Amino acid sequence: MPIHYHGYARYAGTRRPPGQAWAVIAGAGLRNMLSARPFLFVLLFAWLQFFVRGVMFYLAANVPQADVIAPSPATFRDFFDQQGFFVFVVAVYAGTGLIANDRRANALQIYLSKPLTRVEYIAGKLAVVMVFLALVTWVPAVLLLVLQTMFTGSLSFVREHAFLIPAITLFGFLQVLLASITVLALSSLSTSARYVGMLFAGALIFSEAVFQTLRGVTGGTGLSWVSFSANLAQVGDVIFRIEPRYDTPWGVSLAAVAAIIAVSAWVLVHRVRGVEVVT
Amino acid sequence: MSYGRRHALHGVDADFLPGAVGLLGPNGAGKSTLLKALLGFVRPDSGRMQVLGMDVVDRPLEIRARLGYMPESEAHIPGVNAVTLVAYCGRLAGLPAADAMQRAHSVLQYVGLGEARYRAVDTYSTGMKQRIKLAQALVHDPDLLFLDEPTNGMDPRGREEMLDLVRDLSGRKGVNLILSSHVLPDVEATCERVVVLHQGRVVAQGPIAELKASSRRVFEIRVKGDVARFVAGLRAAGVECHDPAADLMRVLIGEDRGARDLFALAVQHGVQVRHLRPSEQTLEDVFARVVDEP
Repeated sequence: MPIHYHGYARYAGTRRPPGQAWAVIAGAGLRNMLSARPFLFVLLFAWLQFFVRGVMFYLAANVPQADVIAPSPATFRDFFDQQGFFVFVVAVYAGTGLIANDRRANALQIYLSKPLTRVEYIAGKLAVVMVFLALVTWVPAVLLLVLQTMFTGSLSFVREHAFLIPAITLFGFLQVLLASITVLALSSLSTSARYVGMLFAGALIFSEAVFQTLRGVTGGTGLSWVSFSANLAQVGDVIFRIEPRYDTPWGVSLAAVAAIIAVSAWVLVHRVRGVEVVT
Repeated sequence: MSYGRRHALHGVDADFLPGAVGLLGPNGAGKSTLLKALLGFVRPDSGRMQVLGMDVVDRPLEIRARLGYMPESEAHIPGVNAVTLVAYCGRLAGLPAADAMQRAHSVLQYVGLGEARYRAVDTYSTGMKQRIKLAQALVHDPDLLFLDEPTNGMDPRGREEMLDLVRDLSGRKGVNLILSSHVLPDVEATCERVVVLHQGRVVAQGPIAELKASSRRVFEIRVKGDVARFVAGLRAAGVECHDPAADLMRVLIGEDRGARDLFALAVQHGVQVRHLRPSEQTLEDVFARVVDEP
């Protein structure tokens, strides 16, 4: 028998108890995305605003004439707003194929025949998108706050605006969760990542177009709840303690965001199955 | 067990004893559904199922940790090579990363994909994809294997090699397995026992040798003339007749009757007997009888 031939032997090593497979799925997904060079460029590009704002913070802290660009809570709110484009790009790049590709290759049967639950599978996939989205939203926002403290050499800004850390965390989480779970739910509906990307973009653009049309017709923004992005923006304004930009009560916008998350979770739980049920 | 309004299995009462058990049945009999139910993919409307002594509904994860499943349809993790896929499956099943990678290499060697283990699975042929499905089912060293149509789409040589692997696993490696197939020779070549499903019901089960042992005598017969009339005459006389459309049909007659009676029936129905030879009862005869196939 050649030395390289081991044949089949029984396994006598250790086994991890069930409940941790989501981390294996998440780790594999993260490694897979990080091995794609174009995706790294997208991530790098998404940090451009961070570097620009970092320079502005430095100037505001060290050059008296640059006082007009000194940061405020609204600065952080604007940062999240402007990162919205990269949230969309990263969600499409990292999220559209996560379940769609598995469905195309019938991989769900393989996954779910292992000791892991459907919730673990979904959690693992969700973690992949959420980590990358947090990397372009929450992480740079927190680092900006750290930079502000370092450049001014005092904690006075953080003390004055103590709500900023929880606001950044809460809004970052909401933005990341909403985008991640929506794109993942759409991914579970199809076997084509490209089609999922078009669906995701279509849903965002269509809902915004409907809102803008209604805004033109009614002359007000009381119907902003029909738009995905307007709902998130409205809730974000409240979290950052600035004047809400639309007439819709923020509670309605929050309910709309919660409804989207709930529907997406329902779709995921019903679409991720080891067997296709055709009735 | 039902999919929507369609009942896939009903009143199934079967024991799969240790060793290699064949799950036989025509297409649509409910074989794959039964395996998926045992995996916990679909819940039974009523009744209970146990695998390795554990209830399928109550302890699905513990069962799946000790079970390997080779699905019928083409299935793989997209975008990776074979060794990465199999190691990944090992880690999903709870193996540490280093052990999973080590076993992935050895299992791929075992199933005959050693040379191709760094190739992307998407580029594999149908036969290779069958082997990788077996490898991912084996990597965590299950106590019980579910093989759903393992020789589907394989060429004759690949099929023989796959059956050799199945025999080796159950015979020498001590892995219990359930082999679901509609290919009777595959089951006969690898299993000691069978459970036969038809239209969602168990119609026969037991050791193949016992099922084949019959009080009936079997003959192969070829006739010239009005075959349809002859077959109708045989059946009217209580003679079981399989494969009447084939060149050689198989007839099963009572122990107290013999070739002389067949000749008499041939004369009676105006056909010439061109070939008549005693034979042994096969699994196909058992199968044809229990599923009422003409």
